Amino acid sequence: MSQAVLKLKKVIVDFSGFKAINQLDFTVKPNSVHFVIGPNGAGKTTLLDVVCGKTKATNGEIKLQGTTEISKLSEDQIVHQGISRKFQAPSIFQNLSVIDNLEIAMKQKKKLFSMITAKWTNEQKKKVSEMLELVGLKEVQDQSAGSLAHGQKQWLEIAMVLMQEPDIVLLDEPIAGMSKKERNKTGELITKIAKDRAVLIVEHDMDFVKEYADIVSVMHEGQLLFEGSMEEVQNDPTVREVYLGRKVEEHVVS
Amino acid sequence: MQNTIYQKIWSQRVILNLIFLLLLAAPLFLSDFRLNLLGKFLAFAILAIGLDLLWGYTGVLSLGHGIFFGLGAYCMAMYLKLEATGGGLPDFMAWSGMSELPLIWIPFQYPIVAIILGILLPAIIAFMLGYLTFRNRISGVYFTILSQALVLVVVTLFVGSQNLTGGSSGLTNFNTFFGFSVNSATTQTAFYIITVIVLGLVFFLSRKLVKGRFGKILVGIRDGENRMRFLGYSPSAYKTFIYTLSAAIAGLAGMLFVLQVGIISPTMIGIIPSIEMVLWVALGGRGTLIGPVIGAVLVNAAKTGFSESYPDIWTYFLGLLFVLVVVFLPKGITGLFEKWNDRRKKQDVSSSVEVEKSYS
Repeated sequence: MSQAVLKLKKVIVDFSGFKAINQLDFTVKPNSVHFVIGPNGAGKTTLLDVVCGKTKATNGEIKLQGTTEISKLSEDQIVHQGISRKFQAPSIFQNLSVIDNLEIAMKQKKKLFSMITAKWTNEQKKKVSEMLELVGLKEVQDQSAGSLAHGQKQWLEIAMVLMQEPDIVLLDEPIAGMSKKERNKTGELITKIAKDRAVLIVEHDMDFVKEYADIVSVMHEGQLLFEGSMEEVQNDPTVREVYLGRKVEEHVVS
Repeated sequence: MQNTIYQKIWSQRVILNLIFLLLLAAPLFLSDFRLNLLGKFLAFAILAIGLDLLWGYTGVLSLGHGIFFGLGAYCMAMYLKLEATGGGLPDFMAWSGMSELPLIWIPFQYPIVAIILGILLPAIIAFMLGYLTFRNRISGVYFTILSQALVLVVVTLFVGSQNLTGGSSGLTNFNTFFGFSVNSATTQTAFYIITVIVLGLVFFLSRKLVKGRFGKILVGIRDGENRMRFLGYSPSAYKTFIYTLSAAIAGLAGMLFVLQVGIISPTMIGIIPSIEMVLWVALGGRGTLIGPVIGAVLVNAAKTGFSESYPDIWTYFLGLLFVLVVVFLPKGITGLFEKWNDRRKKQDVSSSVEVEKSYS
């Protein structure tokens, strides 16, 4: 519990003058459900982008397990270091079947020439089958992914992320557009997967955060404003002013 | 359910084998002239398979495959030309005032070297272009434009170096291949059989490649290149590989083409043929492997048929054919079969439902 799986030190992401992330120090602990909240433009998604390599940090360092510096690696190299990301819109491969999606996602040698001769091993079959059970897609495994319901698509993508057996899972608004029932199921899934890895989630839905968060980080203007349990966050005056306060205003306007 | 899937694969395999055997047996019932034409079409079909791997499966549109086809064809033609002159200087070189064989022609005295280079040269050029563009994440229409530029550069180069390439009239007047007369009917039949076997092999190996996990990765790159990066793949390596492979296949096709047609010139490898090649794939059906083969044979057969029957206006027919297919068959000819199959399946389901109803 003590050592951080992921540590960002004085990270800056500069979009030609606009600092989406400004001197951010950020730590992710193992086996925890870690939510990131904050008003629009606070740099939450950029934080995920910079960790998974989609955006390169202008400055600062990002260390995995205290040793590996990942800020200069390419996206696919970062994946092999144990960081996997789920995007906001379900980005699954519509033309492939559910099981095919997991087949190409699962942890394996992903270099060109090992892939030409790639065959199913019994262990891989077992892992895919277990994953299909876990996310409840066993019955639809041969259907094309494009034919799934919205919630199922989200779970398929979560399953694809988990198949990579990452140490850190990054989720960007995983419950957006889900029904109440689907949200509960997703929440349970997140709790389950956090048992042996860290899960970092950007989310807007406060009820969801409250229910499932171990740690909540509040971001504001590219910096970390506050970190603690949801209760502490709700009672912190600066957070109320910057974040919740703004929300109240929005309500008044609308 | 599993039973029907098995049946489907089985019947597909049977149909493919039948087509293959029919093609092998074609010398028995086709005239020499028709056989030669079919051999030419099948050489095109080989290229179409390579192009389908690249465009249909990986989503990279190359409008420059004429060049790879041409490089293969020229490699073979250079050997044939040297063989025809019996070690002397080719006629066009003498005309442009050269006295000895230029350095780049020397390896082509040996047929084996020529054949290897006919595959290797297109592959190397494709690898270099592919590596530089894909690594820098140049894709989509920008890559397509670059592939067109490549055609322009190479064709200009070939036309310009009259003394090395025979200029715009290309290379022709061949005599023997491994000592066999290239104009005799038996040698031509042998070339035809070789073409059919190569087509079968290329088709079989490509099918094996795309049916496995590798093929799913290619489709993944086609449909979501960025997503593949976040699954731990490096799409540029895969794209470079497929581009190189399809260029090598195009080179192979070019060699078989020149053996059967007996001439290669810059107009046969330029921009218009390059675009036509893509049309074969589109017409037959992308991402199906068999579609492009059908497309290549059908378009070229139509071209020949129209030009024989209506020598003045045949190009309009061809244009009309393209328009009709694009408007009514967006998935190509194989798309038509799929649609037909789906409809049949639905009918099967509804009829079985009715049967159930009548029994209950």
